[in-house]
Amino acid sequence: MSKSVTDVICPFCGTLCDDLEVIVSDDGKKIEDIYNACAIGAEKFMHAQAADRVKKPRMQQPDGTYKEVSYDEAVDYTAKMFHKARKPLMYGWSSTSCEAQSIGHEIAEKAGAIVDNTATVCHGTTLIAVQDVGIPSCTLGEIKNRADRIIFWGCNPCHAHPRHQSRYSIFPRGYFTNKGHKNRKMIVVDPRDSDTAKMADYHFKLEQGRDYELLSALRVALRNEPLPETVAGIPREKIIEVAEVLKSGRFGIIFFGMGVTQTLSKNHNIDNAIMLTKDLNEFTKFSIMAMRGHYNVTGSGQVLGWQFGFPYAVDLSRGFARYNPGETTSNDLLRRDEVDAIFVLGSDPGAHFPISSVRKIAKLPSVCVDPHITPTSEISKLHVPVAFVGVEVGGNCYRMDNVPIEARKVVDPPEGMLTDVEFLDRVNKRLDQLMGGKK
Amino acid sequence: METVTLTIKNQPTLYLEADTITPDNFSGKKASEIAALHAYEGRDQVTLGKYFEVSGEGGATAEDTRIVVKGNVSRVKYIGMKMTAGEILIEDNPDMYTGAWMHGGKLTVKGNVDAFAGIGMKGGEFVIEGNAGNYLGAAYRGDWRGMQGGVIRVKGKAGSDIGYFMNGGTIIVHGNTDVHVGTHMEGGKIIIKGNAPSKVGGQMVGGEIYVYGGIDVMMPGFKYAQDEELEVDGEKGNFSLFHGDTGERHPKRKGQIVYGKLYLRN
Ligand code: SF4
Repeated sequence: MSKSVTDVICPFCGTLCDDLEVIVSDDGKKIEDIYNACAIGAEKFMHAQAADRVKKPRMQQPDGTYKEVSYDEAVDYTAKMFHKARKPLMYGWSSTSCEAQSIGHEIAEKAGAIVDNTATVCHGTTLIAVQDVGIPSCTLGEIKNRADRIIFWGCNPCHAHPRHQSRYSIFPRGYFTNKGHKNRKMIVVDPRDSDTAKMADYHFKLEQGRDYELLSALRVALRNEPLPETVAGIPREKIIEVAEVLKSGRFGIIFFGMGVTQTLSKNHNIDNAIMLTKDLNEFTKFSIMAMRGHYNVTGSGQVLGWQFGFPYAVDLSRGFARYNPGETTSNDLLRRDEVDAIFVLGSDPGAHFPISSVRKIAKLPSVCVDPHITPTSEISKLHVPVAFVGVEVGGNCYRMDNVPIEARKVVDPPEGMLTDVEFLDRVNKRLDQLMGGKK
Repeated sequence: METVTLTIKNQPTLYLEADTITPDNFSGKKASEIAALHAYEGRDQVTLGKYFEVSGEGGATAEDTRIVVKGNVSRVKYIGMKMTAGEILIEDNPDMYTGAWMHGGKLTVKGNVDAFAGIGMKGGEFVIEGNAGNYLGAAYRGDWRGMQGGVIRVKGKAGSDIGYFMNGGTIIVHGNTDVHVGTHMEGGKIIIKGNAPSKVGGQMVGGEIYVYGGIDVMMPGFKYAQDEELEVDGEKGNFSLFHGDTGERHPKRKGQIVYGKLYLRN
């Protein structure tokens, strides 16, 4: 006999689907089947079941091999690393719960660390723009029920957020959108012919790196000012036509992704997109939302925000919070040799950072907390396996629209395995002992 | 005028945050007192004397104090931060935030400066004989008040995002710049004697930008107004005036819309 767990949260992407059904064996130890999840979401659950999973912390030996150590030794090593370092970097935080993030920040305050999350390589630029000019946003529920003008700018949800369109943005029949996608006009801005672009009513196949100009051109068109013949390779008439389509809707939304946050102009692109949204509100209701990647990167920004006032790249080395992307962001710190230890939890910089930064990580004292063996765990001095958040332990997470959702536990973790929260809690206590109550 | 000479003797392993290196902090102090001033390396509070050989003494006031910084200071941040008077001469290449939030006095760098030099500057004269990095004379993160006064002159080239949210003062770059010049500019003047690739004056509300060389791709929101003969930085020249950014909000004066001005040298 098996049992079914319903309303399970998918801990993979920022869509944070909350309607999964997981079939679990009777003893509550094995996942047998998953319903409603997309392929990448289902894979995440299945991965937790892998037979070759690492169950004990592993310490790198001088010859590059790994030796199993106890959790006590791992806690001690990590706390001592923080105690000794003068400016450690604590990176990741996007694939864990808000509870774990909060304990991590306590350690950071004591250690004078820099806390940075994966926004640093994806939507950090968005956060800069939001700080500069604010953001008119909404929830995914409002989009499902109201939105009839949908822009996907520099993002490809067909692959990166597979259920986004079916649950919220294009297909669902909502309260005021009872004809589903027939109610909606879809505009995609992408230099590539992505699968999302193929579905669009309008596809602006712009020249690479000219998003800023095209956003400006739409704003110029809204003000009925003259435009050059083409902007970013798009003819003037098309720009004016789309500006009219946007104005004529009842509720519009701009979704944007890394195709526009990490290409030329970066934060300025988002700044201008937010200002376009603001301008469109002169004519109709318009909102804008970042397509956040990791399932709880938004939560990391939230927790850092309410604890220190800044959403990523928070430098606590001098005992108060400072933030300046370009200086306190992980890659800049690593590139410039500004940090003397690195702690990674809930991300894989070994796979996502430029190779020059990865080389720097390999040289520093380093701890990687991750359920999987990853490129980062393979270059870290210590790898600490933990339970999967959202599969083997619950916790709070924030969806891409800043709605908090409680992740659920569906199966037990392997015997004796610690969770992120338990491990961090023990490191925090050990650090207290080492510091003898003072900094 | 009294001169204090700082010569670096020990390099920091991380970076040194030395915002105490200003005429304001050095005035009225003997060499030993200056050596005891605080700086930070990571979370450790240290003294300037740990890294610098200090000779000479400060004048009675900031105005009478001149500081000469010698040696490799490429790992020293915040030199001249918030200085209000006096002089600083840096002979090598300082790191970030050189002359940040400067109010007055004169700051000269013989080499290059890294990013965020002269951010939020309010007054004084800042000369960089080498190159400048990104965010020269820009606003600090989240601040809508960038540079508000004073003059920054770069003899070499400059990076991207210069004069971000600028609303007063003058930036002169003799060489080329990178993208984004005067984004969100509300006032003040930027003079680029070389080329600026693109995104010049994007979201500009007011102020003036002069480009002597070329712009590869103009922002779509600039419309030609007229040709003008002007004297800029002591030289006469013929310029085409463009009004913009027409995609941005603009105030009105006497019933007329007041635009930002982009002058291209003919
Ligand atoms: S769309 Fe995202 S949250 Fe939803 S099931 Fe797929 S991976 Fe999981």
